[in-house]
Amino acid sequence: METVPRPGKGVPLKKDKLQAKRKKPRRYWEEETAPTAAGASPGPPRKKKKNLELRRQKLKNAHNSKKSWSSKKSQVTKKSREQRRPREQKNLREQKKPGSQQSLSGAQDPFPGPAPVPVQKARKFCRIDKSKKLPHSLPKTQSKLEVAEALEEEISIKAARSELLLAEEPGFLEGDDGEDTAKIRQADIVEAVDIASAAKHFDLNLRQFGPYRLDYSRTGRHMTFAGRRGHVAALDWVTKKLMCEINVMEAVRDIRFLHSEALLAVAQNRWLHIYDNQGIELHCVRRCDRVTRLEFLPFHFLLTTASETGFLTYLDVSVGKIVAALNARAGRLNVMAQNPYNAVIHLGHSNGTVSLWSPSVQEPLAKILCHRGGVQAVAVDSTGTLALNCVPQGGLRLMAILLPQPPKCWDHRYMATSGLDHQLKVFDLRGTYQPLSARTLPLGAGHLAFSQRGLLAAGMGDVVNIWTGQGKATLPALERPYLTHRLAGPVHGLQFCPFEDVLGVGHSGGITSMLVPGAAEPNFDGLESNPYRSRKQRQEWEVKALLEKVPAELICLNPRALAEVDVISLEQRKKERMERLGYDPEAKAPFQPKPKRKGRSSTGSMVKRKKKVLEQEHRDKVRQSLEEQQKQQKQQKAKPTGVQPSALDRFVR
Amino acid sequence: MKVKMLSRNPDNYVRETKLDLQRVPRNYDPTLHPFEVPREYIRALNATKLERVFAKPFLASLDGHRDGVNCLAKHPKSLATVLSGACDGEVKIWNLTNRKCIRTIQAHEGFVRGICTRFCGTSFFTVGDDKTVKQWKMDGPSYGEVEEPLHTILGKTVYTGIDHHWKDPAFATCGQQVDIWDEQRTNPICSMTWGFDSINSVKFNPIETFILGSCASDRNIVLYDMRQATPLKKVILDMRTNTICWNPMEAFIFTAANEDYNLYTFDMRALDTPVKVHMDHVSAVLDVDYCPTGKEFVSASFDKSIRIFPVNKSRSREVYHTKRMQHVICVRWTADSKYIMCGSDEMNIRLWKANASEKLGVLASRERAAQDYNQKLKEKFQHHPQIKRIARHRHLPKSIYSQIQEQRIMREARRRKELNRRKHSKPGSVPVVEERKKHVVAVVK
Repeated sequence: METVPRPGKGVPLKKDKLQAKRKKPRRYWEEETAPTAAGASPGPPRKKKKNLELRRQKLKNAHNSKKSWSSKKSQVTKKSREQRRPREQKNLREQKKPGSQQSLSGAQDPFPGPAPVPVQKARKFCRIDKSKKLPHSLPKTQSKLEVAEALEEEISIKAARSELLLAEEPGFLEGDDGEDTAKIRQADIVEAVDIASAAKHFDLNLRQFGPYRLDYSRTGRHMTFAGRRGHVAALDWVTKKLMCEINVMEAVRDIRFLHSEALLAVAQNRWLHIYDNQGIELHCVRRCDRVTRLEFLPFHFLLTTASETGFLTYLDVSVGKIVAALNARAGRLNVMAQNPYNAVIHLGHSNGTVSLWSPSVQEPLAKILCHRGGVQAVAVDSTGTLALNCVPQGGLRLMAILLPQPPKCWDHRYMATSGLDHQLKVFDLRGTYQPLSARTLPLGAGHLAFSQRGLLAAGMGDVVNIWTGQGKATLPALERPYLTHRLAGPVHGLQFCPFEDVLGVGHSGGITSMLVPGAAEPNFDGLESNPYRSRKQRQEWEVKALLEKVPAELICLNPRALAEVDVISLEQRKKERMERLGYDPEAKAPFQPKPKRKGRSSTGSMVKRKKKVLEQEHRDKVRQSLEEQQKQQKQQKAKPTGVQPSALDRFVR
Repeated sequence: MKVKMLSRNPDNYVRETKLDLQRVPRNYDPTLHPFEVPREYIRALNATKLERVFAKPFLASLDGHRDGVNCLAKHPKSLATVLSGACDGEVKIWNLTNRKCIRTIQAHEGFVRGICTRFCGTSFFTVGDDKTVKQWKMDGPSYGEVEEPLHTILGKTVYTGIDHHWKDPAFATCGQQVDIWDEQRTNPICSMTWGFDSINSVKFNPIETFILGSCASDRNIVLYDMRQATPLKKVILDMRTNTICWNPMEAFIFTAANEDYNLYTFDMRALDTPVKVHMDHVSAVLDVDYCPTGKEFVSASFDKSIRIFPVNKSRSREVYHTKRMQHVICVRWTADSKYIMCGSDEMNIRLWKANASEKLGVLASRERAAQDYNQKLKEKFQHHPQIKRIARHRHLPKSIYSQIQEQRIMREARRRKELNRRKHSKPGSVPVVEERKKHVVAVVK
């Protein structure tokens, strides 16, 4: 009888140089051995210290893998509010223990049961906050909620399990012992990587019409750029095929692709123009004049323009209507970024504040005082967590908080800002708006960009610095850069290419495409944005995207608010109904003792029983209210000890 | 220096030949799918709108009767066969697949009052105004044979309804009393009566097959056990019940179609309060039939419409009407739970889809997956006001619409009056009575 070798025992121990250079492929039955595996790594800087940690983790993992997988299952479900649902599954699993299950041929299943899922991975997909208690509700509703929750958990586990199928691994760049990755030049990287990747590094020398702004399409396949002196071009940058090149004979301030690579919006000196990829002018939007910055919200089909006159305008490109024109009342607007998580627009102002805007509200949703001087640049990371700006002098004050605490599962949300005070700051956008880290730069960053995996690029004069964190979408550590690069002229535009390890930099000498290993998300979703899509696929995607265009009114700080219960209107309706009916239809009926048989039910005993229940209820109520009072008192007492009083407290209302 | 750049091989992402399907790699990472909730909401909204666009429930009209259709019966074995009896004593057997009448019998003189099939599907019974019960073969007579009933029983009084036992060769008729017959005999094995009024209909319970229910003109619903010589119990309602129907999945639940525009779902074990009062019709309800799943039932009304109610909801989920459909006398839900048939005054039998927007025919697996996904989304967002409004919207003929308005005003006036009475009398002397308890007069055992 032949038996399949058990996992872990028969792993070949060969170690030649080739293998050391290439990452060892992870078998699907093996536990994650290093943080570079799938979701856990930004890759780049790995120092010796970390290696120690890794080894420790490895040991731990190895220990885990020895456990039977049913115990692992219980780890996954440990967080669940109730273990009711998994119990059945567990029983099933137990039956399937390696020894007990044998197939007809007598061979054992070497991998019994479904593949194990690490809790951390499953948590990434979890959409509900398990730590919150379910609201008190009728038993029927309660059971429905529980079922929904169990289903949710199952879905997250299934989604986590499907991560095994992801084909690509993210890139990385590691220095040898003591080598600083920031010292590695682009030329070295180009030399070290394969030809296909090396071809992604290129320089366009366009000294005549610069400085240049640039933009990548959502699939990362196309690139468009515009020089200040009217030069506009669009190309498929992977194949280097030029789609169009025109001169609009007017100063160009910004350029953006609309939802697909077929349409470009160009902010020209007077008005906003829309061109197609042949360079034919399709529209001239005269209601958007003297535009300085453009942003496109792809799911809402909104083109946002910030103008010199201080107006923030939302143009619906699917119907050609202006949805909202908001006066920011802060003078000339030339710093704008969108939050990809909730489509809120961040505007940086010359007084050091960053204001958050939604088209449905005339006032800013929040204002954050970020810098002591004007804000130079703002960027928000792709999970919508982090934005940065640079200001002349540092200092932060919270002026308004409107954002509810989002669920914990959407972990990181950063905003990076830089200002004229030469500071670069990273803010937490999850309701607190506090700076997480800050750094003074010698020149101050004029341009900022976040990559899909959370790398932060800053353009300072003619130098580009890139910082990285400890993994995907983690806070970039600003102490030492991951990469630096000096360009032919001062930076004027900066953008990471989606789904490619490439940073596009527009400067006064033209365009530079830099290689930044580990910047991009390796696995794209074919239905969302597919770099390899065919014409037919693009057409279908376009129709579907238009069908599910999110209305502009739904833009708010918490995009999941739509899935939550609208308690306020619910209570209002309840009140109205009570008024209409003249009584509360859901009120608990007063206790009525049932008459007992065989003469034991005298009037006296009935009254006694009734009284007993009433008193019990009353006691419960009193006890509850007392407990609440005590809790409140405790909270009040705890406050002054925990937080140090600050001079800024006087501004908090 | 160790470096790895992201470098994809396009061959892994592009199809090899034109005949292949396009490759669509998926990544379910939530950061790649932003605005999950708003997008799903819009998808649900679109799905709801499409459901309304595709809501074309009317399939066919079977014409051929020369008088109003009075009763319908399903074939227990064949989905495509339907039997109908008309007011001129004619019985027709229909084939639903080609929507043709396959056989016509002049069964009675006067109305065909009731029709039912035997559980094996080889024969059927009819009762008529001519005081006879006739048993017929399901298959037509062979060449040269004369169309004749297998058996004929001559009774003393008019029979108004008939139902066959679900397992045994026995059937029950009603008229002045409820008679239970053995198929082999010409006299009833047992006759039961409670009160003196005429009984409209009698129905066997499909699960507890010895139990029957009947409803009479003196406003009561009576339950019987075939094994006993006397009735079990009865409940008296405000107004007369036209017919009842047992839930095919829950043995003790039945629904009664009442003259007071409502339907009442009762639990047989506790008749004093109906489980649910179903109100939406604006005229007397004439017939009711359960879906084989036991989750829904369909009712036919004098207001020229049929409505579909979920068992646990007091409001209907669907209303069907056409310009030409007059008072609907009888209605049946087919055994595959997909179609509804109704017979009406103007001599037609109409065939409807049970789910108005359902696509008929074989679905491709991707189509089915898309439909399931849309269904789930609709469920998820059903309580959002925008979606609810669209999903609930139905066009009604003016007569029904204005009657609904009128009845709403009446109900409101009654409620206001009660509220005022309660306000101005001694606290507790005008109690709040539940809607469910208002309509039951008494339960007698």
